[in-house]
Amino acid sequence: MTAAKIATRESYGNALVELYKKHNNIIVLDADLAAATKTGIFKKAVPDRHYDCGIAEANMMGIAAGISTTGLVPFVSTFAMFAAGRAFEQVRNSIGYPHLNVKIGATHAGISVGEDGATHQCNEDIALMRTIPGMVVINPSDDIEARAAVEAAYNYDGPVYMRFGRLAIPIINDKPSYKFEIGKGVVMRAGKDATIIATGLCVGASIEAAEKMAQKGLDVGVINIHTIKPIDKELVIEAAQKTGKIITVEEHSIIGGLGSAVCEVLSENCPTPVLRIGVNDCFGHSGPAVGLLHEFGLDAEGIDKKVSEYLK
Amino acid sequence: MDIIELKKIAKRIRLSTMQMLEKAGTGHPGGALSMVEILVTLYFEKMNIKPHEPNWKYRDRLILSKGHGNPSYYAVLSEKGYFAKEKLSTLRQYGSILQGHPDMNTTPGVDMSTGSLGQGLSIGCGMAIAAHMQHEKFRVYVIVGDGELDEGQNWEALMSAVKYKLDNLTLIVDYNKLQINGSNEDVMGIAPLDKKFAAFNWNVIRINGHDFRDIRNALEMACSTSGRPTVIIADTIKGKGISFMENNPIWHGKIPDRVQFEKIFRELEGDI
Ligand SMILES: Cc1ncc(C[n+]2csc(CCOP(=O)(O)OP(=O)(O)O)c2C)c(N)n1
Ligand SMILES: [Mg+2]
Repeated sequence: MTAAKIATRESYGNALVELYKKHNNIIVLDADLAAATKTGIFKKAVPDRHYDCGIAEANMMGIAAGISTTGLVPFVSTFAMFAAGRAFEQVRNSIGYPHLNVKIGATHAGISVGEDGATHQCNEDIALMRTIPGMVVINPSDDIEARAAVEAAYNYDGPVYMRFGRLAIPIINDKPSYKFEIGKGVVMRAGKDATIIATGLCVGASIEAAEKMAQKGLDVGVINIHTIKPIDKELVIEAAQKTGKIITVEEHSIIGGLGSAVCEVLSENCPTPVLRIGVNDCFGHSGPAVGLLHEFGLDAEGIDKKVSEYLK
Repeated sequence: MDIIELKKIAKRIRLSTMQMLEKAGTGHPGGALSMVEILVTLYFEKMNIKPHEPNWKYRDRLILSKGHGNPSYYAVLSEKGYFAKEKLSTLRQYGSILQGHPDMNTTPGVDMSTGSLGQGLSIGCGMAIAAHMQHEKFRVYVIVGDGELDEGQNWEALMSAVKYKLDNLTLIVDYNKLQINGSNEDVMGIAPLDKKFAAFNWNVIRINGHDFRDIRNALEMACSTSGRPTVIIADTIKGKGISFMENNPIWHGKIPDRVQFEKIFRELEGDI
């Protein structure tokens, strides 16, 4: 883990610029949030390929759907709340159902939005997007993975939902061996006593928690599930078979997100006790992002505490 | 109320707004400052309310659909006595009754939770329909941003309000000509607003949104119009009252630095 921290929304903006250098058939859509979603970085580099659709997210999804039918590849960007929430039905019927090649870059996901509070803290987007047939759902864990995800999303033919965060987070995938593949989980750390399956910014926190637990004699593995749909079933089942206990960690509701996806796989293939750590069926509130992650038990300290107790 | 008195209150509200934002360290100054006179006229002159009884059944309602502008709204509510002034310094902080966007369940005086743009007018229609149905006299006010009008839901609501003859509903557009990415007309043209509303069969009034007499008269005309809803298009200045913030889109959601705050407080306190 290097000391540098970067928010995955920033990675998104940077990756779009890089992507355009290789593939000039991309077009970036934004809904009056260019500075926040970081599509402003792309706008600066390629102004004529940045379309500001105004504060009209449902309309923007429709525009993206239409654009995609001509062979151009739209990257549609706004906050997760408005991409997955406000425009859900447009995404479902105008993008999902016709399986159009639209890439949704949703930023400001989860409670780490911070001070804006509950109306902007989207803890439901993974659940919503995961129910749309054919939709790929990616939640990268750091800058390196976020940039790789943008490239992979482009190379995939069909709708992709990418979830990015507002908060700057540490880089954890800076290994020469790092390879991103849609639908393939990554073993970040092997362990015998239990396996934490985490996603997004919770991967780094889970690795840190596992290190703390190692000092107490608990050998806990960590798997990074960056693609929640399609989920890496084999890896999840293998972890359950090897360690017998699974803990899921996500900055999302415990209903419908990674925890649910893992439980769906295990209950049908390898029934295993699962502890789901996430937002416990409640709304967030205003406060500093780091403080909120702590309150919701989603930082290394909170994860260590909950998992250690669970494994007692 | 005396115009001089209203002006004094507006100055205090601007000062409180900037003090709150300084303490919070995050938030949206521009749109909070552009609607100060509107809020002050509504709460100190027009609205039939009982601050000591915030949930009084027959009160007039206000929905701040552009919820991000809430610092000045909170300052007005506390000035009216809905909650203690000391609370203002907790804006957006951990455990505060003053959330980053209005929350009707934590802040006394807030009639509706908002923050996701474009939804307030529909809710206002609902309240106004309920008032008509129950033969209650209360009025419903909705404040929207001009950028917020990009949202299609507003235009759906505009039709509903006419269909149900909601003459107890008044929409106020804080027409400061700016949103986040720049001017309305660059982001998504909304002009000509008056013609659009008129085409939707609303009673349209256009005013200077910083002129108390204008606001007062417009609200009066809205009250005396029967059979259809009224929209007040209030020409305003984003960042109004702070010289370097006025008409500059960068101050939508940006907090000034320490030196800038000193200048701000010199300007605002000098006024008082
Ligand atoms: C549905 C929705 N989309 C996007 C946002 C993010 N957002 C907050 S304020 C804002 C601009 C609002 O502009 P305007 O309505 O003109 O407000 P004002 O100028 O009065 O501040 C945007 C895009 C939001 N809160 N809700
Ligand atoms: Mg505006």
